[in-house]
Amino acid sequence: MSHADTHKLPLDPHDFLAIDSLLDDQEKLIRSTVREWVDKEIQPHVADWFEAGEIPTAELGRQMGAMGLMGMHLEGYGCAGTSAVEYGLAAMELEAADSGIRSFMSVQGSLAMFPIWKYGSEEQKQQWLPGMAAGELIGCFGLTEPDSGSDAANMRTTARQEPSGDWVLNGTKMWITNGNVADVAVVWARADDGTIRGFVVPTDTPGFTANKITKKLSLRASVTSELVLEDVRLPADAVLPGVASMRGPLSCLSEARFGILFGAMGAARHCYETALDYAKERHAFGKPIAGFQLTQQRLVEMLVRVNKGTLLALHLGRLKDDGRLAPAQVSFGKMDNVREAMWVAREARSMLGGNGITLEYPVIRHMVNLETVYTYEGTNEIHQLILGQAITGETAFS
Amino acid sequence: MKVAVCVKQIPDPASDYSLDPATHNLVRPAEQVLDDTDRYGVEMALQIAEQHEGSVTLVSMGPSGNLQGIRQALAMGADKAVLVDDEELKGSDSLTTAKVLAAAIAREEYDLVIAGTESTDGYSGIVPQQVAALLGIPSLTYATQVDTDGSSVSIRRQTAAGYDEVSASTPVLVSVTAGVVEPRYPTFKGIMQAKQKPVDTVTAGDLGVEASPGQAIRSVQPAPAREAGEKVVDEGEAHLQVVAALEQAKVV
Ligand SMILES: Cc1cc2nc3c(=O)[nH]c(=O)nc-3n(C[C@H](O)[C@H](O)[C@H](O)COP(=O)(O)OP(=O)(O)OC[C@H]3O[C@@H](n4cnc5c(N)ncnc54)[C@H](O)[C@@H]3O)c2cc1C
Ligand SMILES: Cc1cc2nc3c(=O)[nH]c(=O)nc-3n(C[C@H](O)[C@H](O)[C@H](O)COP(=O)(O)OP(=O)(O)OC[C@H]3O[C@@H](n4cnc5c(N)ncnc54)[C@H](O)[C@@H]3O)c2cc1C
Repeated sequence: MSHADTHKLPLDPHDFLAIDSLLDDQEKLIRSTVREWVDKEIQPHVADWFEAGEIPTAELGRQMGAMGLMGMHLEGYGCAGTSAVEYGLAAMELEAADSGIRSFMSVQGSLAMFPIWKYGSEEQKQQWLPGMAAGELIGCFGLTEPDSGSDAANMRTTARQEPSGDWVLNGTKMWITNGNVADVAVVWARADDGTIRGFVVPTDTPGFTANKITKKLSLRASVTSELVLEDVRLPADAVLPGVASMRGPLSCLSEARFGILFGAMGAARHCYETALDYAKERHAFGKPIAGFQLTQQRLVEMLVRVNKGTLLALHLGRLKDDGRLAPAQVSFGKMDNVREAMWVAREARSMLGGNGITLEYPVIRHMVNLETVYTYEGTNEIHQLILGQAITGETAFS
Repeated sequence: MKVAVCVKQIPDPASDYSLDPATHNLVRPAEQVLDDTDRYGVEMALQIAEQHEGSVTLVSMGPSGNLQGIRQALAMGADKAVLVDDEELKGSDSLTTAKVLAAAIAREEYDLVIAGTESTDGYSGIVPQQVAALLGIPSLTYATQVDTDGSSVSIRRQTAAGYDEVSASTPVLVSVTAGVVEPRYPTFKGIMQAKQKPVDTVTAGDLGVEASPGQAIRSVQPAPAREAGEKVVDEGEAHLQVVAALEQAKVV
């Protein structure tokens, strides 16, 4: 005998597969808290910030810090210590507003705080983490350079250690999120012995300059900078003692990519929901455009992608909370969820017709933002190569 | 200062609702939220407790569901909650509600009781005054600002023309309007701690209150559709017509 299925009808277009039922009460409360903050503090302003190419980072930092968003999945030192799934859900809500806002949080928590938390000395942790968790100190992460991005291991920035023990850094870092607004930079450089080391660099150190990158057409509600290091002299204890290889920066990227694979689905969800509302309201040829077969097909494709991607994110989140998530699995999620989000954003953009090209609606903003998300934290191709290597055992990077 | 706050868990106003065909009561989903109105009360209570070394106890009557609304208020910082959940109280009118709340509050030590002015779902707007009367304490209602030195409380009471200043010494009940203070967002740490905070679930019998709803709903009719108003086209005399219409409606 089969059990009769009990389901609620009509199905909820905003949670079609009842994915919410896979979340516990605390996860839902964290999500609704972030969503409410985003609706009140971010959504009404973000299009203007995007257009102006400026965001009030100091104020946002404080508000996000007060809630517990900064370094939320880390333990101790003023961090909230949530689960990975909760971190992912928060990233999803932030990116539903704008990828730039999520980037602000990802860089702070996963790229700047995480290496200090994981590889730093006790003194470094005490000095930096509480202020960063409170959002009063902003961090950035300098790995990419003008001539090395996907092949970050080919970096040219050097760290020379003098007989006194002092370190002297020279080089240029490129595309650094939060660069101009950061109080502290975690900079990766090649030491004399050829190893890759991480340095905690207060941005007011002489020889350190940040130049804001302008003329961006993507991630405009985020600060992107070039960092110039000219004989930046640091005390011996500025180096992160816990790691001396590319494993350092790569482990940070894995943390941030994890946030992105949730976040991208936030952007996709917002595009799908905007398109769905629009299609029901907008009339053409005497009826709502939602009534045309071609429109329905596109809406259904969006629905399917948003739900599959969200399920994937949640599954990977559960693996991470179980301590069983491999970096290549993170690559799977980052690669697929971002490209699916781009697909959804483009369809939504076109479904809004002329309205779809203005900042009055969120779709083109998400669409162009996702171009950055597709590129940073490992380009689509790099993740394909990581996955290819994982299943074939052959490396095809070079 | 010991503060008791009346808070109501309500179905998410953004979600669909249905009525029980037999009792005409709202079908309460397990998933409920803290009534927005009561967030102001919770915030006010927290600020007063922070200024005057006190504690905040939530008092609520209604189906507990999964306690999401109560946890929300605990996550904001309240210390504990007393929840009266009794099937027999279903459909209670405001007087029964007030009796239950007053009995639950009377079991606690309190200097100040805070409530909203009217709930989002029931919105009768008379529970707070009834609670105060039953407790035998003064009530200061419609507060847009609340100040206390710990032994007396003064408020600005919203009026049509402006505000009155009224005060009373503790113990006292204050009903606060939306906007009296800006409610804080729960912090993630607060959300995680909320799970450990005590929630005491009791019945009317535990409080020694007779559980009779006090009212029965006989039938429910949809609100009549609003009729289209009269259009006044301005040909220079429109203001006179508008004034005449307002006079006829006896509103001016
Ligand atoms: C807005 C923004 C913010 C950023 N923030 C930060 C930050 O905070 N910190 C930081 O360190 N970096 C940051 N980055 C840099 C980002 O991580 C790099 O842009 C990214 O890693 C790609 O590097 P690249 O730009 O040098 O491109 P390249 O590596 O030059 O790649 C160019 C193209 O070649 C492809 N390609 C490269 N190698 C292969 C291969 N083996 N096989 C096939 N195709 C290949 C790539 O997929 C890509 O399509 C940011 C970038 C942007 C746009
Ligand atoms: C099993 C059960 C089912 C119920 N179902 C419903 C329902 O479907 N709809 C409904 O509106 N009510 C329901 N109630 C609650 C109760 O019947 C109402 O709260 C009551 O009628 C109060 O009226 P009001 O909301 O108009 O109060 P108002 O006077 O408008 O409320 C003003 C303030 O009083 C306080 N207050 C009011 N009610 C409560 C309460 N219950 N607990 C804590 N503080 C309170 C709050 O601070 C509120 O802001 C239910 C109760 C039980 C036990």
